[in-house]
Amino acid sequence: MTQRSLIQAITDGLRVAMERDDRVMVLGEDVGKLGGVFRTTQGLQQKFGKERAVDTPLAEAGIVGTAIGLAMYGMKPVAEIQFMGFDFLAHNQIMAHAARMRNRTRGRWTVPMVVRMPCGGGIHAPELHSDSFEATYAHIAGLKIVMPSTPYDAKGMLLSAIDDPDPVIYLEHKRIYRAVKGEVPEGYYTVPLGKGEIARPGTDLTIVTWGYLRHLAVQVADALSGQGINAEVVDIRTICPLDEALILESVAKTGRLVILHEAPRNCGLGAEISAIVSEEAIFALKAPIVRVTGYDVTMPLPKGENLYLPNEKRLMAAIQKVMEY
Amino acid sequence: MIINEHDPRAGKIYQVVDEHAKVRAGAVLPSDDLLKQFYRDMMRVRAIDDKAFKLQRQGRMHTFPQITGHEAIQIAAAYAMQEEDWLAPSYREEALVHLRGVPYSQILLFWLGNEKGSAYPKDVNVLPFSIPIASHMLHAVGIGWGAKMCGEKIAVVTTFGDGATSEGEFHEAMNFAGVFKAPVVFLCTNNQWAISVCRKDQSASKTLAEKAFGYGFDGICVDGLDVVAMHQVMQEACDKARNGGGPTMIEAVTYRLCDHTTADDASIYQDVDERKAWEQKDGVRRLRKLLEKRGLWSASDDEALEKEVQTFIDQTIRELEASPEVTPDEIFSTTFADMPPRLKKQLEDVKAS
Repeated sequence: MTQRSLIQAITDGLRVAMERDDRVMVLGEDVGKLGGVFRTTQGLQQKFGKERAVDTPLAEAGIVGTAIGLAMYGMKPVAEIQFMGFDFLAHNQIMAHAARMRNRTRGRWTVPMVVRMPCGGGIHAPELHSDSFEATYAHIAGLKIVMPSTPYDAKGMLLSAIDDPDPVIYLEHKRIYRAVKGEVPEGYYTVPLGKGEIARPGTDLTIVTWGYLRHLAVQVADALSGQGINAEVVDIRTICPLDEALILESVAKTGRLVILHEAPRNCGLGAEISAIVSEEAIFALKAPIVRVTGYDVTMPLPKGENLYLPNEKRLMAAIQKVMEY
Repeated sequence: MIINEHDPRAGKIYQVVDEHAKVRAGAVLPSDDLLKQFYRDMMRVRAIDDKAFKLQRQGRMHTFPQITGHEAIQIAAAYAMQEEDWLAPSYREEALVHLRGVPYSQILLFWLGNEKGSAYPKDVNVLPFSIPIASHMLHAVGIGWGAKMCGEKIAVVTTFGDGATSEGEFHEAMNFAGVFKAPVVFLCTNNQWAISVCRKDQSASKTLAEKAFGYGFDGICVDGLDVVAMHQVMQEACDKARNGGGPTMIEAVTYRLCDHTTADDASIYQDVDERKAWEQKDGVRRLRKLLEKRGLWSASDDEALEKEVQTFIDQTIRELEASPEVTPDEIFSTTFADMPPRLKKQLEDVKAS
């Protein structure tokens, strides 16, 4: 197996998908000749031609809207929105059309399309280049939303997303694009959507998280083991449909829950997870649930982003709180 | 070619049969049979539209958009399309969608709020009515682009109104179609009204068709109450699309001779005299005059048509009103290919309640 960064794993996944099925195409701003502003699609136009690695005009609704039509006609488009903060221009296409085409045609037509979007902060990027809006998509029926956090998952879940008969929002946390490396098998394999994984087994408390923060959580959990606290880290990997069973199973075992996410707190996925655990497993809890999240403010510019982003200190404090209760 | 000989920027509007049913000198008309078929279809769709309006007033129908003033455009478009062509319609397109193969009862069932109305026959390449304005135009471009990549020679027709040309996604669809030379026919029904906002308040552009030139392809204005002109131009634009000539924009100029929907009251904003003047140009009446002038229509044709229309209405309303109520399964089962556990639980919940 080869060691690859998250970004290399995604590129490899796209290449494998395009080799396997000539209906797979990538489209978006700068994805062709340049290979994307993060170079995620590097080499694809050279290998598969301009028709399948397409530089589109600069228009997010145009990219997603035409991808919907392409998918309905039988192509397998993988559209890129350059930064998640710009997707609101395409939000109508995703919400009013892609997500509900199956419903609106009583199952006759579906939109097997993947929309890739880099998200998240911590890389000192300009305004609207660092946001985490995954919860806004979770409110829309008919969408699958994923955010892999390891290179292995990034490739395997991308291949699953491309195979999926429904539209998938595929979120890529920029902070781990190059910072995280891991073993990635050659060729085709899949990692199922809708399934979380135990990133680190433990017995004393559960930390539910996703994206970059999985790595922070594991790091903190490892550090805590010296203090006699054995934390379990659950990486949900898929925002929707959420692997509720895995979360409940973990909480049943540990009796304590910290939810860690970068997105704003208000109506964030943490609220949903907290409600599920309250409804389904209240008697398993030994302490109140604690959330460590982004704040309900505009994502700060780079000089202020560290004030916003959840960090080791805030996570430690939350863990202490649930352990001491 | 009609399209490139009628530049809207030069003030040209294509017409074959004028409001007095006078045929332009040298014009070639469709066959007698086709002209009669146009008329039969126009009468049929106008009658069912009127019937649905009455049902709405009786509380047997929910809010829906009428099509009075749009019959010629929709019928011409339907007859210019071929079986393998695709249609991405806006919502005021009942006649066009019906003539592409969707039973009228099903169209009305959708407007009656029943999910079953959205289950179009499997061999019909018609997208659902787009309720948001202009955003479906991009799907037409994507479908056309996909067909082009697959080497399929089809035309994709997308319809929209004058108001839609103000939307950003209109611009994006036209721009993408131009760049990728997608085989799309952009059929704009300029009925002068976007609910209550009139055409001149919608755009400072003299015509809407001339916008096409800004995206690198041709646009043409056509008399939307002249079914013959509309049919010729639609045929030419569809052929051009099928043969790799890329997109065309057609502005069909008409007037909305009805309310926006049954929930609207056009008398608040439409000028009575203006509307009356447009009623004189009506496409159905005009075609009838043409048929009479050419000796193609008789009292016995009227009798036969009346029966045909009545049978059609009776059957449509029977099918519409016989449709079963919506079930819990119907509102849950088409969210995803496979129902996630959470939805299964919610479905059980609604069944139990």
